Amino acid sequence: MLINHPLLGPRDSSEFIYLGDATLIDRPDPETASAQDWHDYAYLRDNPAGPHRELWFHEAGDRSWLVVTRNTVTHEITSVELARDVARSQGRSK
Amino acid sequence: MTSRYSGLRVIKEALTGHKGWRPAWREPDPKPYYDIIIIGGGGHGLATAHYLAKIYGQSNVAVIEKGWIGGGNVGRNTTIIRSNYLLDGNEPFYEHSLKLWEGLEQDLNYNAMVSQRGIINLIHSDSQRDAYIRRGNAMRLNGADAEYLDEAAVRKEYPFLNFNDARFPIKGGLAQRRGGTVRHDAVAWGYARSADSQGVDILQNCEVTGFRIDGGVCKGVETSRGFIGAGKVGCAVAGNSGKLMSMAEMRLPIESHVLQAFVSEGLKPVLPGVITFGAGHFYVSQSDKGGLVFGGDIDGYNSYAQRGNLPVVEDVCESGMAIMPMIGRARLLRMWGGIMDMSMDGSPIIDRTHIDGLYFNGGWCYGGFKATPASGFAFAHLLALDEPHQTAKAYRFDRFATGHMIDEKGMGNQPNLH
Repeated sequence: MLINHPLLGPRDSSEFIYLGDATLIDRPDPETASAQDWHDYAYLRDNPAGPHRELWFHEAGDRSWLVVTRNTVTHEITSVELARDVARSQGRSK
Repeated sequence: MTSRYSGLRVIKEALTGHKGWRPAWREPDPKPYYDIIIIGGGGHGLATAHYLAKIYGQSNVAVIEKGWIGGGNVGRNTTIIRSNYLLDGNEPFYEHSLKLWEGLEQDLNYNAMVSQRGIINLIHSDSQRDAYIRRGNAMRLNGADAEYLDEAAVRKEYPFLNFNDARFPIKGGLAQRRGGTVRHDAVAWGYARSADSQGVDILQNCEVTGFRIDGGVCKGVETSRGFIGAGKVGCAVAGNSGKLMSMAEMRLPIESHVLQAFVSEGLKPVLPGVITFGAGHFYVSQSDKGGLVFGGDIDGYNSYAQRGNLPVVEDVCESGMAIMPMIGRARLLRMWGGIMDMSMDGSPIIDRTHIDGLYFNGGWCYGGFKATPASGFAFAHLLALDEPHQTAKAYRFDRFATGHMIDEKGMGNQPNLH
C-alpha cells in the first residue's frame, strides 16, 4: 500500500507504524470521564468492514502522525490528513 | 442416517465400484424455529453443534453459514495443535483442547489425520531460556507435557537449523511432544457429519442479515433464506465478529486483521515436527503432501480482505531464512490470507452478551484452530446450561472492565502486537 503523505507525497506503508482507529484522538476528559468512558475508549472498537479512519505514524520518515481513511475490504486509501490538523479541528488544544 | 466409516467399508466399497457412498450431511431447508441457532459453519460452530448434540442432548439445533462450511479460517490456517501457554486463564483450556484432539477421530468416526509429531519453540538467549522453562513448568502444573531441550538435543533432532546465526544463535528449545498438526478441512467435515447424524440442521448459503431483538431478548435471526426463530443464538464467526455483532449494535474489544500463510512446493520429508522461531514470528511444519506450511505475523492494520501485502511476505521469508537457510531452496507455491479477530489482550471471549438469548464466541486472534474442540465444547456448555465451562471461565467480556486481562505477551490493548 502507498500512503499519500500530505507533506511528502506517496510513501510505502512499510515506513509507517499502525496504531488503530482514529477515535483514539477523542480521549475522554480526565476531569469528567467515568470508568466506563475510559473502558469504552481504551477497549471497544467499531471495527467496520468498509471505510475506516485510522492513525498511522511515519516512523521511518518525518515522524508525523496521519489520519488515513482506508477501506478495510479493498485496502483503497481515499484520504490522508495530518493528525495534528484533525485534532485541532476537533477542538483539541494546540 | 450416516453409516459408519471403517477400513472394512473402504474395502467393500472398493470391490463394489464405490456405489455405496452417500453425502456426509443433509441439505435441509430451514425450520421456522430451533432451540439453538449457531451462526458460523466453521470449525468452532460445527464443533459446538456436535458437542451440543452429543454431550448436552440438544438436537433441535441449526448451524447457519453464509457460504459453504469450512470455507473460512478452518480452511486457511497452518493446522498446528499445541497447548503451550503460560497463564492460568489459558493453559487448562488449551490442554482440554489437546486432549479432545487426541480422541477426536474415534469420537467423530472421521479421519482428521491428527498427527502428534511434536512442536518445538526455539530459544535464542539466556533470558528466553528462563522464560520458556517457566512456561514449561506452568504447562506441567496444568497436566500438559513440556520438555526443555539443550542445544545438543535440538541439534540431534533438527540438524539443519542455523545454530550459529550471529544475531539469534539457537541455544535450546521447549518441546511439546503431544503437539502436532491436523488435516484442517477434515475437522470441519468430521464435525459437520457427526452433528448432522445427530439431528443438527446445517444450513449453507444462508447469510445472517440481522437479529430480531425484542425488549432486550433475541428471538431469532433474519437471513437470506427468511426469518428463523430461536430460543438461543450463538455467534461463532471469528474474523467477522465486528461485522456480525454490529447488527446487534454491539461494539467489541476486537479489531479484524489479515494474517497470511504460505506453502512451498512438495518436498521429500525434511521436517520431523513443527518448529517456531523464538526471535521473530515464524512457524513451519511439513504437510503430508510434502509442502512446507509456514506463516508469521499479521499484516498489522484493520482488514476484512482475505489477502495481505508484500512487506509481510518479505518479513516472513526473512525469518524463515534466518533459522532454516535451506528453505531458500524451496519455491513458494501459494500464499493466502485469512481474517482474524484480534482482541485487546490476545485472548478469546466465550460469553453471554447483554442481550438475553444472544451468546458470543470470538476473539481467537491467530490461535483459533488449535482451540476448535475445546471452544466448541465450552460454547456448547454455555449455550446448554447458561454457565461458563470450567476451562473457559476467564474468557469473559467484562475482564477489560475488571482488570482481569489474559495477556500472554504483555502487550496491552494494542491488538496488532498480540
